[in-house]
Amino acid sequence: MTTKKLYTVIIFSENIVGLLNQITIIFTRRQLNIETLSVSPSAIKGIHKFTITTFADEDMMDKVVKQIDKRVDILKAYYNTDEDLVYQEIALYKLSTDLFIKMGAVEDLIRKYNARILEMNETCVVLEKSGHYDETQALFDELSERIGVLQFIRSGRIAITKSKVERLSDMLAEMERKLEGRKQEA
Amino acid sequence: MEKITGSEALLRALIAEGVDTIFGYPGGAVIPVYDCLYDYKDKLKHVLVRHEQGATHAAQGYARVSGKVGVALVTSGPGATNTLTGIADAMMDSTPLVVITGQVASSLLGTDAFQEIDVIGITQPITKWAFQIRRPEDIAWAVSRAFYIASTGRPGPVVLDFAKDAQVGMVEYAYKKVDYIRSYQPEPDIVPERIQLAADLINKAERPFCLVGQGVILGNAERELMAFLTRNDIPAASTTLGLSAMPSDFPLNKGMLGMHGNVGPNRKTNECDVLIAIGLRFDDRVTGDLKTYAKQAKVIHLDIDNSEIGKNVPVDVKVLGNAKRTIPLITALLEERKRPEWNAAFEPDAREEYEKVIRPELYPESGYLRMGEVVRKVSEAADNKAVLVTDVGQNQMMGVRYFKYSQTRSVVTSGGLGTMGFGLPAAIGAKFGAPGRTVCFFTGDGGLQMTLQELGTIMQERLDVKIILLNNNFLGMVRQWQELFYHKRYSFTEMENPDFVAVAKAYGIAAREVRERAELDDAIREMLDHEGAYLLVADVELCGMVYPMVPAGCTITDIIMGDDK
Repeated sequence: MTTKKLYTVIIFSENIVGLLNQITIIFTRRQLNIETLSVSPSAIKGIHKFTITTFADEDMMDKVVKQIDKRVDILKAYYNTDEDLVYQEIALYKLSTDLFIKMGAVEDLIRKYNARILEMNETCVVLEKSGHYDETQALFDELSERIGVLQFIRSGRIAITKSKVERLSDMLAEMERKLEGRKQEA
Repeated sequence: MEKITGSEALLRALIAEGVDTIFGYPGGAVIPVYDCLYDYKDKLKHVLVRHEQGATHAAQGYARVSGKVGVALVTSGPGATNTLTGIADAMMDSTPLVVITGQVASSLLGTDAFQEIDVIGITQPITKWAFQIRRPEDIAWAVSRAFYIASTGRPGPVVLDFAKDAQVGMVEYAYKKVDYIRSYQPEPDIVPERIQLAADLINKAERPFCLVGQGVILGNAERELMAFLTRNDIPAASTTLGLSAMPSDFPLNKGMLGMHGNVGPNRKTNECDVLIAIGLRFDDRVTGDLKTYAKQAKVIHLDIDNSEIGKNVPVDVKVLGNAKRTIPLITALLEERKRPEWNAAFEPDAREEYEKVIRPELYPESGYLRMGEVVRKVSEAADNKAVLVTDVGQNQMMGVRYFKYSQTRSVVTSGGLGTMGFGLPAAIGAKFGAPGRTVCFFTGDGGLQMTLQELGTIMQERLDVKIILLNNNFLGMVRQWQELFYHKRYSFTEMENPDFVAVAKAYGIAAREVRERAELDDAIREMLDHEGAYLLVADVELCGMVYPMVPAGCTITDIIMGDDK
């Protein structure tokens, strides 16, 4: 039977109100849960990039991406597995200053997890760690066990493809070429 | 430059897009547009429907027969929500529509203002594009973009939600046609290798079979299709929406596919060695159980929509593109062939269906009128040249099975969504879209009463629509399922009906009820000869059944032909 695995869907769109809804309803209709979501401008001016992770089988992923791609204001949608990507998440941890100091061996902990202290005051300490899910989770687990975590937040995945081919730039160049061709015909 | 109101800019943009007819219903949030329309009466024909659902279905009927974009104009809130069924129907059946909904002023958006509703939010899942116009400067661009999107590629509905302040604001109107959108490629590039692969498969095939979908009609590729079929002598059958792409008497036309389709085409789907599907989406009503569907065949799928290919049926050769362009490219690579044995193989199935189903349906010697016989007699009395409009249910399946077609764009029916109540307003739209043609609308007593109010539109417009009510005092298709699959427990399918003739007369529409077979021809003649609308109430047998039938979820060759199974 088909097996579900984590896919990262990368979508490039025009920057128009309501696009996120157009994308999410395609997941909802197929009972696919969005694990993480991140939206930001891309390297190309005026083009937005959505990075969405979801558990699905490949056949479903293929169909979902085709449905997303079909929306008028979507430039291009792709799905990738982890092997295709360099990816990262960032996590913030809020801890009690008292307990943090009493815990001891702070330097070891910070070095071990390659974490950073962003804020420290009389009541709380805020740590930051970026990495894969397992890595940010490991720090959370250790802190939870030792001193407890007051607040915790992990961002959606951000990802960049390892491929040599820049799919979106190539596609845009192709579109430009066609438009020029049409103008010359006319 | 001269400044005009946003409302006037909208109307000028519609005219620039070639719009001549609008189906609509006024209301508070769209009064400025209607006020302006008062001055444009000579350029834009506005048809006042009786319910906004009717406006969308009428626009669909108009679009389906004319090939143009249908336009509906309604107010905000309930006006907009009443259009949802029509919009969803158009999305499922790839019908080009532009639905313009009034909206409260942009300063009131999000405040739960009177008759405010999130039109974009609720229409996004059922539109090809939905856009809110908040500034008069955006009108010309948005309207042109809407028509471009609705009518190109795989057509579909577009919603323009038009805020009231944009309707009354002043703007320097400059119209510029949109014919390019960076993020939207209506027609995918044709891959020559795929054309070659498809042609090779067909040339090598012993038993190729072609399934014809509405994509052929939407692409105006009917001639290309028939040249393709003829060159290689390929038998073909249509989906319900693909009907009339080939005339009924075209020799390679073997009929209709699917649940109530013809026996030969369904059986041959599972006997052919190459299945060529053109412009269709392998709906479950066409395929039955996918696990047993055409497993023996190599499948070639031609479609303009990449997301349809491989969606339901695995495909061996995908040919993306507009059928108008892809079909002739394949034809050019085909050998001229004759396949007399393979074509003749459809005949035993056709004979069996004729004896078991068609003959008793069309030529009964006694008993009540049969639905099929009424349909065929009307079709023939109109020289098989009329436009067929149907509602949904038994009337629909009897209509599409027994009506005959001699030209394209002759079938207007709700295929994907299966919308009861679709028919009457769609017939109104069809008459406006093809004023020179006879429009015959077959309906049931259930569906007719879902949008019965549109008789008022027919009255006001003095519209010549022939309405044939196949009245059995039942919600017949559900009753049929109850009889076959629910132990004859007729749960809420029997209807006590009004005097339909009296209802029609109240609207000034000529009407006649016919019960006796001996009267039928005369009544049909009277209906067709009558100038203007006419309601023919045919009292048909109460428990009529649509056969053949492939029960839902069964293998497509699991065909019930009659009560004996």
